Amino acid sequence: MAVQARPQSGTSAAQSRLVEMSWDPITRIVGSLGIYTKIDFGQKVVAECHSTSSIFRGYSIFMKGKDPRDAHFITSRICGICGDNHAACSVYGQNMAFGVRPPHLGEWVLNLGEAAEYMFDHNIFQENLVGVDFCEQMVRETNPSVWEKAKAKQAPNAGIHGYKTIADIMAALNPFTGDFYREALTASRYTREMFCLMEGRHVHPSTVYAGGMGTVATHQLFTDYYTRLMRYIEHMKRAVPLHDDLFDFMYEALPGYEHVGERRILLGCWGAFQDPEYCDFDYKNMTNWGRKMFVTPGVVVDGKLVTNDLVQINLGIRILLGSSYYDDWQSQETFVPNDPLGNPVDRRHPWNMHTNPRPQKRDFNNNYSWVMSPRWFDGKDHLALDTGGGPLARLWSTALSGLVDIGYIKATGNSVVINLPKSVLSGATSFEWKIPKWSNTIERDRARTYFQAYAAAAALHFLDKSFEELQAGRTRTWEPFTVPQDAIGCGFTEAVRGVLSHHMVIRDGKIANYHPWPPTPWNANPRDIYGTPGPYEDAVQGCPLFEENGPENFKGIDIMRTVRSFDPCLPCGVHMYVGGGKTIETVHSPLAPFG
Amino acid sequence: MSIAPPSDTLVNVLWIPAGLSCDGDSVSLTAAAQPAIEEIALQAIPGLPKVKFYWPLIEYSTGDEFLQAFFKAERGEMDPFVLVLEGSIANEAIKSEGYWTGFGNKAGSDQPRTFSDWIDALAPKAWAVLAAGTCATYGGIHAMAGNPTGAMGALDYLGWDWKSSAGVPIVCVPGCPVQPDNMSETILYLLWQAAGRAPMIPLDEAGRPQWLFGNTVHEGCDRGSYYEQGQFAETYDSPKCLVKLGCWGPTVKCNVPKRGWMGGVGGCPNVGGICIGCTMPGFPDKFMPFMDEPPGGHLSSTLIGGYGALIRQLRSFTTHTLDKEPKWRHKGTQLTTGYNPRRGA
Repeated sequence: MAVQARPQSGTSAAQSRLVEMSWDPITRIVGSLGIYTKIDFGQKVVAECHSTSSIFRGYSIFMKGKDPRDAHFITSRICGICGDNHAACSVYGQNMAFGVRPPHLGEWVLNLGEAAEYMFDHNIFQENLVGVDFCEQMVRETNPSVWEKAKAKQAPNAGIHGYKTIADIMAALNPFTGDFYREALTASRYTREMFCLMEGRHVHPSTVYAGGMGTVATHQLFTDYYTRLMRYIEHMKRAVPLHDDLFDFMYEALPGYEHVGERRILLGCWGAFQDPEYCDFDYKNMTNWGRKMFVTPGVVVDGKLVTNDLVQINLGIRILLGSSYYDDWQSQETFVPNDPLGNPVDRRHPWNMHTNPRPQKRDFNNNYSWVMSPRWFDGKDHLALDTGGGPLARLWSTALSGLVDIGYIKATGNSVVINLPKSVLSGATSFEWKIPKWSNTIERDRARTYFQAYAAAAALHFLDKSFEELQAGRTRTWEPFTVPQDAIGCGFTEAVRGVLSHHMVIRDGKIANYHPWPPTPWNANPRDIYGTPGPYEDAVQGCPLFEENGPENFKGIDIMRTVRSFDPCLPCGVHMYVGGGKTIETVHSPLAPFG
Repeated sequence: MSIAPPSDTLVNVLWIPAGLSCDGDSVSLTAAAQPAIEEIALQAIPGLPKVKFYWPLIEYSTGDEFLQAFFKAERGEMDPFVLVLEGSIANEAIKSEGYWTGFGNKAGSDQPRTFSDWIDALAPKAWAVLAAGTCATYGGIHAMAGNPTGAMGALDYLGWDWKSSAGVPIVCVPGCPVQPDNMSETILYLLWQAAGRAPMIPLDEAGRPQWLFGNTVHEGCDRGSYYEQGQFAETYDSPKCLVKLGCWGPTVKCNVPKRGWMGGVGGCPNVGGICIGCTMPGFPDKFMPFMDEPPGGHLSSTLIGGYGALIRQLRSFTTHTLDKEPKWRHKGTQLTTGYNPRRGA
């Protein structure tokens, strides 16, 4: 087999074998992702990584001149797995621009829908997509010695989840044949039914509007949701300990695995679930109502909370070019020189940016992606924040702020406690997510399972509040509004896989500028104008490799686990070449054995 | 009559989600339960041929082998295969270099291979082309006025009269995204047809399966009776008919209110969401602004007004009567039900 290897200068070929490898497309994300690397098989480390996106659709261009009330119907279509997060974020921004405050019950209904989205999406991703990277078939093929250890290792929580050894857990995650894999697929369906109860249809909702919801709130609606939620809680009482066992085992079986996918702790969370008691969607009060969200916004740098003020978070956003296929907008119009509080707004802020596509040849020494590079400016540096796949940043930010305290959930300052009530097969159960030592692959994945429990616990609170409204006779879910001639708005929430913002400028009653910034561009972006790599690039570059295969049958499992830990919408078919396009992969289709 | 045994035919399903898409149609298919994707893959429904999916969403493999299936199909080594297209087709001819959307790299090149290039290579070899979702069928959201990519649907790209080598027209399952069971059921039908166990799939003039898209939203909407009674919602949270608030249900071909979104749950106007016409070739531009009353809505709702009020009044009299129990249900020593033992015996 011809493998293109180049000795590094200053080292011998035996010590350092640099091989170019690429995975393209990583098709399970919105906007295909490709990962291009140079791997040092001598040192067993990734020497260099570039991340590229192969799709451009042009939302910000074709939304110009459209009716602002259409914004969420359109922007939902950005994403096929969390489109509703876009719809929610868009109506938050519309509410601000239109000056409308939905009835409390409308906001609780939307929160219930969004909670169901987290429950569904994290669930299918964790078990049916990420889980496959840890399943028996995969571990046997990439790390036979780990498989041997897994067979011998008793699962500490076997009494709760029912799998005696770690190997049993891994077998349960085998595609289609694994019983936990199938259980999760079923859970992904009834959680989507919960979603449809509140938002009409998945994944592009029908009942979400500026001003509230079209959902008719009745006892039946909430009971139908409740019964499914309790089934999910039963499922999560097993899923959390199961994943703790699996992930703890990875550290134990592979000393040093904490450095896989590790990067500096640079996390952003824009907050999720409004509290209608406080949220009036007025920008001037955003600092206050942002802190009342049931997932607390925050920027976390080196483990310290920099801010949890949404106004400050908003003003710090910068969109940089550098390696993407766009022309700059420096000579073009600035829409919003100052925010409603009088603070100056940067030219590189989403309110003021322009999208000027320029398709061109892909060149890794120059421009190589359709993704721009969003950064957060702390007054000194343009920080390449990542989202930790969503849950890691959410839990970290919420834990540090210590503001959420609703009985079912309590943020303690260094942890988050989640209390789940009795269900059919099990008694009341509490979980505590503690701030980890690292921002790495395993902790991104672990946080996901805890956040599924968090979303379920939050939904219990939203149900309590919904029944309160209903039983007090306050059944309205929508509030009328008029569209002003000129206005600005912004919405902040957490899409399933992390930070989401929508910025809108209205002129003459039409959309003059609209820029959504979803999580995947924050994570998957290329090197910016200062040469700072994006988070995928950063996390993969320097990643130690534990796979036992050599270059001849290398699967890149540690790299794939790392990329998938960020939840790039949906992972899957990743395509690998060595050197001059020499294929070294063999295919293992999960459906093949059944066909 | 004997039970149809599983067929020995192997049908490959090659799925390219790399149009201008959101992957929502792939995600939708995982929500289907009638049938579920695992039931199709496992041949768990009588009469199905063997099926092998090359569907990136749940693909185990992380290798070039996944793309190899597509290269093999190009060489005629995967017959028969159904080519599933997801996403609108960008017009790659309107620019001098680069790409709007790619799927892997061109053979022997470091540059992406475009979606349209794949379609040019594979469509002529496919047993059938299945366009999943409104982007792939008619262009959809990304083909909206003012779009920079020149996006279009498969019917525009391949031609409305296009037929596969097996004589199958482009099969269109529109919806933004597709209703999960509409998609899985259409796949099931095509597989039965490929196995010789069903006749040519019946499609309407826009390529839609007739049994799924033969009726309007309104005809299947449980709020249709409010329309009949002249009761129209004035706020979006009202349980009444939404036509005056932007619902296009009376004119849009779609079965969602009848079928629900999944497991009979959810939908559009039946649960408070205006129909924005997402299954139609004219979507989205002909329905925008979405929240304005459709042009015909005012006339038809005015006409129905007087009739509806009268009908509602008459029905309320009847309901009032039916809401009362018959007078013979009472305590006491007298039986007043009309029972007469001598006559009855």
